[in-house]
Amino acid sequence: MAPPVSNEDSRDKSRGIGKAMMEDRDRQAGVTPRLALDGISKRYPDCLANDHIDLEVLPGELHALLGENGAGKSTLVKIIYGVVHADEGTTFWEGEAVKILSPAFARRLGIGMVFQHFTLFESLTVAENIALGIDHSGEMRALSEHIRATAHRYGLALDPERTVHDLSVGERQRVEIVRCLMQAPRLLIMDEPTAVLTPQEAERLFSTLRQLAAQGCSVLYISHKLDEVRSLCERATVLRGGRVSAECDPRRETTGSLARMMVGSEVVATARPLPHAPGPEALVVNGLRLAAADPFGSDLNDIRLSLREGEILGIAGVAGNGQTELLLALAGERLAPAPEDVRLLGEPVGRLGPAGRRARGLAFVPEDKLGRGAVSEMSMAENTLLTAYLAGLVRCGLIRFGRARELAERIARDFDVAAGGVDSPAGSLSGGNLQKFIVGRELLQRPRVLIAAHPTWGLDVGAGLTIHRELVALRDAGAAVLVVSEDLDELVEICDRIAVISKGRLSAARRVAETTSEEIGLLMGGLSDEGHAGGRHDAA
Amino acid sequence: MMLPRLEQRAEAFWVARYLSPFLAAALALLCGGLLFASLGYDPLVAFHAFFIKPVSSLYGLGEVALKASPLLLCALGLAVGFRCKVWNIGAEGQFTTGAIAGGGLALAFPHGNGLWLLPAMILAGALGGMAWAAIPAFLRTRFNTSEILSSLMLSYVALLVLSYLVHGPWRDPAGFNFPQSRQFEDAALFPILFAGTRVNLSCALPFAALPAVWMLLERSFIGFQIKVAGLAPAAAAYAGFKETHLVWLSLLLGGAFAGIAGVDEVAGPIGQLLPNISPGYGFAAIIVAFLGRLHPLGILFASLLMALIYLGGESVQVSLGLPLAVAGVFQGMLLFFLLGCDVFVRYRLRFGPGAAAASSP
Repeated sequence: MAPPVSNEDSRDKSRGIGKAMMEDRDRQAGVTPRLALDGISKRYPDCLANDHIDLEVLPGELHALLGENGAGKSTLVKIIYGVVHADEGTTFWEGEAVKILSPAFARRLGIGMVFQHFTLFESLTVAENIALGIDHSGEMRALSEHIRATAHRYGLALDPERTVHDLSVGERQRVEIVRCLMQAPRLLIMDEPTAVLTPQEAERLFSTLRQLAAQGCSVLYISHKLDEVRSLCERATVLRGGRVSAECDPRRETTGSLARMMVGSEVVATARPLPHAPGPEALVVNGLRLAAADPFGSDLNDIRLSLREGEILGIAGVAGNGQTELLLALAGERLAPAPEDVRLLGEPVGRLGPAGRRARGLAFVPEDKLGRGAVSEMSMAENTLLTAYLAGLVRCGLIRFGRARELAERIARDFDVAAGGVDSPAGSLSGGNLQKFIVGRELLQRPRVLIAAHPTWGLDVGAGLTIHRELVALRDAGAAVLVVSEDLDELVEICDRIAVISKGRLSAARRVAETTSEEIGLLMGGLSDEGHAGGRHDAA
Repeated sequence: MMLPRLEQRAEAFWVARYLSPFLAAALALLCGGLLFASLGYDPLVAFHAFFIKPVSSLYGLGEVALKASPLLLCALGLAVGFRCKVWNIGAEGQFTTGAIAGGGLALAFPHGNGLWLLPAMILAGALGGMAWAAIPAFLRTRFNTSEILSSLMLSYVALLVLSYLVHGPWRDPAGFNFPQSRQFEDAALFPILFAGTRVNLSCALPFAALPAVWMLLERSFIGFQIKVAGLAPAAAAYAGFKETHLVWLSLLLGGAFAGIAGVDEVAGPIGQLLPNISPGYGFAAIIVAFLGRLHPLGILFASLLMALIYLGGESVQVSLGLPLAVAGVFQGMLLFFLLGCDVFVRYRLRFGPGAAAASSP
């Protein structure tokens, strides 16, 4: 969340950058920018999301929009796409001032956008989804041909007749991209497109984007992954706290210098984990099989894992490959068929619910933070009770509100949770702060086994590092930590061993020091070397 | 599209949340006034007959207490369930089975004159209500059956069972074939507290229950679990709160309270078993619970208002010759406006095409 800004000083700074841009524009004399923003501001009741933002995207340019969570990137692209309207400032399209009042108008101008969260109907086919998205009238067969041709032209493998819920995340993204491409866009906005992709899928996406740019289509690429931006983009606008903090050529910057522009201070990397001998087995899963409760979920198939005290085990994988089911089974929300299927600290707990497992030393950071990890209507103090009720917050069946408040205050202090106080409802916290609160609540219970799902999802670099450091500290204190994440960089950073989950199967864990991102990426794509790859490979 | 749409408010004012029952009551009064006027009565005269006359005597105040106490007791029990989204609509049935169990005990000991009889009847009433509430609880936890339907339908079954008993085996042999049981002996009746009124000892029971329910809902860990289960079932599952336990608890508690209210009624003002022992207390208690914002204190005030509406209906029937259904109309309007106000606390009405800009911070 961007802090409200009122001091004149910062205003001046952003104007200064605007001036630098003018000079830049002079350098590029003769080329009319495809899109230019002049002094765009957007205020929400509690924050200034965009503060006089200037931006220009040239024809055929791969332009990165960099920034931490809450820097104002999403608001800005929503303004460009007509979803949100700016309070101040002017938008120029091909040199002419325009008011983009709706996404439909943006599409007519030639702006296409691929959202981070897909907007596809699972039960319809690819062609039907595209027909809905582009106001298509005419025969489906012709449309299918058109889809095939467009996909082929950009080297995107896509079968228009397949149903969306059968598609992998990468394929779904391709549907979204093709849907945009069919309208021959002149500016394509991609919102964190690689967040859900394997490294191989991401590489494939990059070559498509390069091809698009070569044909004259501008791309506005939103990301906080610095390596990607450096290898892909020619120009980058960096946002910080709702303002443009820098503009640069990312190819000429280092990851460190880009991070500085984003965060505003030197980023200290997590201490590389010390290799030390792990202790006895803390959490063991023994050939667990479990049918998915949700028809679109993944069945767990012969899951075996062994987590030792004093180590961090990472589980990588593309979303929707059984992570949700595995997490529920480990937490005890779904019971295993037999007690012996899951052993916690030597005890069979397969038939024990979450409360029983928690009483035996397990703590758990769930996937969904709001609605599962915390109750949005309840205060932070009340939300500590959700899992910390065994830590002296309840006496004789009555709640000790004073203690709950103290715990909430301690979490807020230790984990730097920005909130209006411990009585403010959890729903009023920003995603990142809620995340810090939940992780802090679980960590402060000093668990012997911690399972953390996406522990730094939605956090900025600094907060992410804090949590990484805490996880490593917990491990060094002798606890066993299991981290499930889609962010491979994160796992490589903090884990001792990594296993990959794909189509409900878990690969053998390998030591991080002895493996490469490529190898893990291949496993994530389902090309398992375990001999039980069985399932159908990705079509492309 | 120019259709009006409902758009979620960024933030619902808590003030508005507590104001909406008052607004609903005011709107119900306004529409009631229009109703009286359209029927050709001076609204002021009618309101006086409806709301002032019933409480302008000590006897009348006693009647309010007498009507409010079963409402309060039922609504307190229901509120516990409603907090965790267990929709027990069958308090009327649990009220009836409670009355059958307690009244049956009174009939079984016609010469019992010990002090034990009344407490035993209360206990029997609680068990009778719990037994009836246990059926929807079992169906819900075992087969995932909607407790709304099962508890509602069981209400009618309970009324038929009572009807069978007073027409058949429990009919008073000296009652000229009227469908009614024998009068209870004095030992099986709650003693009158204040001379000149019908207020009896049973009216004290809800006031004992009120702080207990307040403790349960606002201070106990079980109450916390109930709240979590109602607001975010996934969070309750994550925390390891057992949904089945909470469903059983809230239905049994609701059943017990309604059952006790049933005993209060038959061992209080009625004094025997009749085919109709309740003017819809169990159903009106649903309105009371919501009007009181599922909070014990709020429910206290709501039950007094609802009792007044019952009495007002009788009063305008006597003095103006209006049908008794007027009370039902008032109850209905109250719930209607309350639900309506609650919608507007959380949403705003918008006309014109989607300007989603305002709603996506």
